[in-house]
Amino acid sequence: MINLDFESEKVYNTGRAPINIHAFKVPLGKVHIIKERCKECGYCWTYCPKEVLEKSDYVNKNGYHPPRIKKGKESACVACGMCEAICPDFAIFVEEIKNE
Amino acid sequence: MIEEAIHPKDIYLRSDRFPHIWCPGCGLGIVLKSYVDAISKLDIPLDHHVLVSGIGCTARLPGYANVDSYHTTHGRAIPFATGLKIVNPELQVTVISGDGDLFNIGGNHIIHAARRNMDILVVCVNNFNYGMTGGQHGATTPEGARTSTTPYGNIEHSFNLPYIMASLGASYVARWTSLHVRQLTKSIMKAMKMKGFSFIEVISPCPPNFGKYNKFNDGLSQMEFFYENSVLDNNADLSEAYIDFSGKRPLIVGEFVQRIRPSYIELERDLIKRAMEEP
Amino acid sequence: MNKKLIKPGNYFMNGNFACAEAALIAGMNFYAGYPITPSSEIMERLSYRLPQVGGHFIEMEDEIASMAAIVGASNAGAKAMTATSGPGFSLMQENIGLAVITETPVVIVDEMRGGPSTGLPTRVGQGDVMQAMWGTHGDHEAIAYAPSSVQEMFDLTIKAFNTAEKYRNPVIVLTDQVIGHMSERLLVKNYEEYEVIEREIRKFPDPIGKVHDFSIDYVPMVIAGKGFHYNIDSLTHDEMGYPSNDPKIEEMMVRHLVEKIRKNEDNIVEYKEYLTDDAEVLIIAYGITARSSIEAIRKLREKGIRAGMLRPITLWPIPKRKIERLSEKIHIIFVPEINFGQYSHAIREHTKVPVKEIHFPPGAVPDPKIIIRNIEGDAT
Ligand SMILES: Cc1ncc(C[n+]2csc(CCOP(=O)(O)OP(=O)(O)O)c2C)c(N)n1
Ligand code: SF4
Ligand code: SF4
Ligand code: SF4
Ligand SMILES: [Mg+2]
Repeated sequence: MINLDFESEKVYNTGRAPINIHAFKVPLGKVHIIKERCKECGYCWTYCPKEVLEKSDYVNKNGYHPPRIKKGKESACVACGMCEAICPDFAIFVEEIKNE
Repeated sequence: MIEEAIHPKDIYLRSDRFPHIWCPGCGLGIVLKSYVDAISKLDIPLDHHVLVSGIGCTARLPGYANVDSYHTTHGRAIPFATGLKIVNPELQVTVISGDGDLFNIGGNHIIHAARRNMDILVVCVNNFNYGMTGGQHGATTPEGARTSTTPYGNIEHSFNLPYIMASLGASYVARWTSLHVRQLTKSIMKAMKMKGFSFIEVISPCPPNFGKYNKFNDGLSQMEFFYENSVLDNNADLSEAYIDFSGKRPLIVGEFVQRIRPSYIELERDLIKRAMEEP
Repeated sequence: MNKKLIKPGNYFMNGNFACAEAALIAGMNFYAGYPITPSSEIMERLSYRLPQVGGHFIEMEDEIASMAAIVGASNAGAKAMTATSGPGFSLMQENIGLAVITETPVVIVDEMRGGPSTGLPTRVGQGDVMQAMWGTHGDHEAIAYAPSSVQEMFDLTIKAFNTAEKYRNPVIVLTDQVIGHMSERLLVKNYEEYEVIEREIRKFPDPIGKVHDFSIDYVPMVIAGKGFHYNIDSLTHDEMGYPSNDPKIEEMMVRHLVEKIRKNEDNIVEYKEYLTDDAEVLIIAYGITARSSIEAIRKLREKGIRAGMLRPITLWPIPKRKIERLSEKIHIIFVPEINFGQYSHAIREHTKVPVKEIHFPPGAVPDPKIIIRNIEGDAT
């Protein structure tokens, strides 16, 4: 296949910057869930690499169970952004907590 | 820890129209996410982005993005986009539409846009059926698959989209699944920076139609299939990149073509210049 | 004015070239088309002429694409046109509806030939008259001009662009093979003498706050890339441009689309009268058939039959008030057409006097003798 060199690959690299192994702290994430937008597809809790999320008991106005944070996983989120990226309903996002 | 807040991408959305019409587990919301993610990161002014679609579930996508959007007629997004782009090349014209819209009823237009190397990006969301009208079979339905109009299994050969588009001269050709969110975002950004015709196929679940007829109970089971069978191969032999759901062949994804070929807009501007200079 | 426009003066030119040159004077800067006899000379001419004036010409893959492309181009701010004939006109219908519902000004030239289907490609017909009105599905109003000379092909093409802009509606130039192909005298006036309506493009930030306004006939158009971020939709939509299933919204939208034309009918409708003052017998004819009818009227008058003619220049909207008024003093209407009865049906709706059809099969210019024979047989 024709595969011409594509200039400045880095500019377009939208993934997280590789974790600096010399840094002491892994980033911490704060998860926000917009419960009423959720349609319970399960993508966020299935693809969270840290298994932070699970289905909740709460029923939103459309009858769906949005995710919640598992007991004991309150500070397990590493702000990888997978849940935010994979949610088809814009119902979850994560904020990286800056640790000073 | 959990509280209601405003999604950071809402400024790129017509958030007053949410929740959107798509079914639980439909991949279209993910494609929308990738699109808005891409435009939020690129240096192209937001006012220059235009989204055009035909008709179908996918074609509803432009209606949710906070850019100039045109929801046109079934199959005709590409010629409409062609008109927009030629008149105002400053616009970043992106067509996002369904497999049926782009390759069945609109098949004639996409092959000619690729041949002309028209400066637009086409994102085809392939859910292997006509989602909007209840899951009938189309040109992308794999052989043997069941749909609401192939109750005995599909006897027709199906299109292999990247292979077609590459052979027609597209400047950029890629395929992802809706699981490959980050790659898709990056791909959209790359494609928008290319001159000429760019094409991205996004394989996407349609749980209540194609999914239901083909033993995928929900969106998740189709996503799991993508997860298990996707193979990244940028140098794939595209003639082998067709899709079935037997689980016996890899679902090839990647960026297959990136090439520089004079684009329609470049050639047309040159032609006009020559004609105007004639005494 | 661009110095590459056709120079004022007298020409001997065919209808198709006249149409192409007139479009340039009207400010057309985008043409998309697909070849079809008898209209192809329009696109051939424009493929050469448009780039000279800095405009855009593209030969599309079919007429569906051509129509969609001009609607897209107009939404980017261009004055856009396509030209075709019967089979292509059929293919364009769905996207003519797109122009209607999105209120996009465009001009479509349809040169009628014999039909149905591929029919008689090189020979005249007038079988698309009803299609021009009702070809695209759903409620709407059509505007169609019917030139009957090369001069009118020129003048009405310019007018078609103006009317399209004024009412934000597609406008059809409904002509025929003979007018397109025949050459005759054409006078091009000084440019200042032509009224050319430039589009009023809405400025950002938006003073209106919504893309459509169904309560007024005309709002300046929103075009792509200006910062509005509006949605423009082929689905029934509200004033924000958002799709809606609400029958109330459908009513508001369609009423607006229809009323903006109906209310202005008197400003749009045009016609010419020939010897109607003392006429007892009225011919209603358009396009090439009107020319045969003039010859017929001359002969009929020599024989003592007081015939006159109403020639609608806008076939749609139909000059109904004029037909109603003329019906008060004449006792029969004859409608010669190169078809088996089309416009006659619309005329009957607006008159109480008998309407007699004179059918000419597609393929030839109507013979005045046949018109005379029909009228002599019935009128006396
Ligand atoms: C001319 C025309 N024919 C048929 C339809 C009905 N129709 C609406 S959407 C659609 C299929 C859409 O399929 P696809 O493009 O794959 O989109 P999806 O819904 O799967 O995202 C059809 C056949 C139409 N709107 N217009
Ligand atoms: S950001 Fe990553 S780690 Fe945190 S909850 Fe989401 S998916 Fe899990
Ligand atoms: S991915 Fe989004 S819609 Fe799906 S369950 Fe999680 S929050 Fe709900
Ligand atoms: S029918 Fe299929 S494509 Fe349409 S919204 Fe539902 S899941 Fe998505
Ligand atoms: Mg589909």
